[in-house]
Amino acid sequence: MSRIGWIRLAVLAALVALLETLVRTGIIPYKTMLPPSEMLTALVRLLAAGTATRDIVQTLTCVGAALVSSVVAGFGLGVAIHRFPRVRRALEPFFATYYAVPFFIFYPVLIAIFDLSLLPIILMGFAFAVIAMCIATINGLDRVPRVLGKVARMHRMREFETALRMKLPAAAPHLFTGLKLCVAYSFIGVIASEFILAPSGLGHAIAYAYNDFDNRTMYALMLFVMIVVVTLNMLLHGWEQRLLKRWHGR
Amino acid sequence: MSDAAKRSFDILLVLVALFAGWQALYHVAGETALTSPAQTLAYVGELLTTKGDMFARHAWETGRAFLMALGLSYAIGLAIGVALGAHRLSGAVAEPILVALYSLPKVTLYPVILLVFGLGLSAKVAFGAIHGVVPVAVFAMNAIRNIKPAYLKTAKTMRLGPFQVVSTVIFPAALPEIVTGLRVGFSLTLLGVIIGEMFASKQGLGFMVINAINLADVETMMAVAFLLFVAAAIANGILLWIDHWLHKRV
Repeated sequence: MSRIGWIRLAVLAALVALLETLVRTGIIPYKTMLPPSEMLTALVRLLAAGTATRDIVQTLTCVGAALVSSVVAGFGLGVAIHRFPRVRRALEPFFATYYAVPFFIFYPVLIAIFDLSLLPIILMGFAFAVIAMCIATINGLDRVPRVLGKVARMHRMREFETALRMKLPAAAPHLFTGLKLCVAYSFIGVIASEFILAPSGLGHAIAYAYNDFDNRTMYALMLFVMIVVVTLNMLLHGWEQRLLKRWHGR
Repeated sequence: MSDAAKRSFDILLVLVALFAGWQALYHVAGETALTSPAQTLAYVGELLTTKGDMFARHAWETGRAFLMALGLSYAIGLAIGVALGAHRLSGAVAEPILVALYSLPKVTLYPVILLVFGLGLSAKVAFGAIHGVVPVAVFAMNAIRNIKPAYLKTAKTMRLGPFQVVSTVIFPAALPEIVTGLRVGFSLTLLGVIIGEMFASKQGLGFMVINAINLADVETMMAVAFLLFVAAAIANGILLWIDHWLHKRV
């Protein structure tokens, strides 16, 4: 690991240690915050007891469904819109506004239409993520150098081959940005929806534990969500670095 | 038709299509799920006139919380961003941590905020602020980091004092990027405040919506959501215009 990486690790460890001492010495009251070590033991116990397994499986299923559908649809939409400059120019102001409006407010409408099932939750995750992928795809295709198209023609590549071996690697950095945003937004969309109104799922379980003054479960589940999201991001980052190295030789 | 007129026409076409889609959804999903565009607009009129007092009270509550949260996220975000931008090593250490914080579903942390701040205004403000701080900080940090070294060298050659360097070189050079961050922070802070109100509040527009859904009051839900949507879109449009103008000027 690089020097900066070590410093970062040390800073994080110091922050955790600080929190631990602040709670243990009672400067932060116990009923507000658990010491990080107890959060971890609570999480291990919770996972071993299996009481949260159903909620975890449900949330991860919803996030997975939202993620896959938004990446596929966003990419397809981006490619399609990129082909028609006129459509694209008409849609641009809507894209620029999309993430500025608090459209969680329409979650209740979805519940009213589809009832309190998993579908509105997945749809919220999908809706939150899909436009990010679409915008990233358009940006990526914009950055494909013209010369690559000419090279492809010189090599008499078919259209499919050009797309796969020329355009995809050239657009990859932006596609990865889109993918990472999709991961973050699917999680946010799904968990926030579960939090506001849902019969089950991690977001609901956290809200339920809060209402029940069950801090141990609450902090354990929060820790779980954080670990999953950060691990997923790190895996994606590693995969991105490896692929970019292979494609761009850097 | 001129190019600009054609584009405006296309944008109008998209808007019409959106409203048509809404109307179609209304016919499919029925009265219990949502109101039609015409009904919603009529009820918006009612909210702003005969029910103006009640609406103004909730809107004021949200507006007040939002302004406080915005002030906090701008002040803290800029302070962090400027500090990390000025000190290269701290910036390199902190950036991945900030990005990880950005991708966390912050709703999961809402109970912690509630435990620390209690129910009420301060919790909403804090929740809005934690949404806005990170993007403001990240954009400010990059803005300062990416100032061309030649500018700073020129300032040195001209023997500018530290105050002059900041006011005549660093500030104007970093401003466009910083404003982009402020724009993103604006939207996210609003989102945070509204979600905060939806989950634990007895006042504000977010509460109005969640309360309306609990009472199966589709009219209020749709009208308030619509108003919030329009207000956020207009605010974003203005900020976007300033943003473009600043970027073009440099």
